[in-house]
Amino acid sequence: MPIIVVEVMPKAEILDPQGKAVVGALDRLGKSKFGAVRIGKRFELTVDGPVDDALLAEVRELAEDMLANTVIEDVVSVHEALPVSVAGETH
Amino acid sequence: MRIGVITFPGSLDDRDAARAITIAGAEPVALWHGDHDLHDVDAVVLPGGFSYGDYLRAGAIASHAPIMAEVIEAAGRGIPVLGICNGFQMLAEARLLPGAHTRNAHQQFIRRDQRLIVENATTAWTNEFAAGEEIVIPLKNADGRFVADDETITRIEGNGQVVFRYAGLNPNGSMNDIAGISNERGNVVGLMPHPEHATEPGFGPDMPDAMRSGTDGLRFFTSAMASLIARA
Repeated sequence: MPIIVVEVMPKAEILDPQGKAVVGALDRLGKSKFGAVRIGKRFELTVDGPVDDALLAEVRELAEDMLANTVIEDVVSVHEALPVSVAGETH
Repeated sequence: MRIGVITFPGSLDDRDAARAITIAGAEPVALWHGDHDLHDVDAVVLPGGFSYGDYLRAGAIASHAPIMAEVIEAAGRGIPVLGICNGFQMLAEARLLPGAHTRNAHQQFIRRDQRLIVENATTAWTNEFAAGEEIVIPLKNADGRFVADDETITRIEGNGQVVFRYAGLNPNGSMNDIAGISNERGNVVGLMPHPEHATEPGFGPDMPDAMRSGTDGLRFFTSAMASLIARA
């Protein structure tokens, strides 16, 4: 069944304490070249029918209304997940 | 006078809120998140806890609960609505109050007796305080950092919608030390600290004169009763 992916990120101006904690950990691992980490969310919505523009628009509306809080987060992407390659296929 | 307390899956402080209402001299009415019925209560409390395990965002799933349709409608009619901690997060998620909450800046859960400045003593839940008065009630949360964009902060500061500010050290990184806010009309108030835990001597926060003696939270509930009498 098709899967629609919604990606949500904290707004740039909002402090992301989780990301900050990860940057600190990376620094302690000697990976100080990564100056910033921000942590967002990925939702995967499985749907019965085919994915068309109307459905993607419906999911975007849902994302702005409930999956994200647009006071502090941005919906950065709503798209259909690429099909998983079938076993045996190499390309 | 009947004040409803809504229980959501994961509410923790609904019984304390009901007890506080009784001590204040009103009748608590247990309300259920899954109903479409406020049972004609005169005021509503959204209690603290971790509704739906704080999944998605604190208060987010509860803000879409069936009974929230009636809460939003009642708030629009001017009925006093108080959101405490998780209830404050629900009111923000339901857009009954501006702004939002994020994880505490220091990433940790905090529990302490918290000093607050009452900035606005004209709301439905604060009219028995004096403006500028310092009170002490318990604070306990992980996602208590109040945030909003610059335009919203300027607007709520200008309108007097900042009802409580943290006194002394800011416990969670909230913008402008904001601990609680109201809607423009002043009937909907939300705050992170817990007035219902400071209503009974022996069970409240430590005060300078005696341990666990703080009862500053009681006046939230007597304020609501006074505002209802004034409306009648």
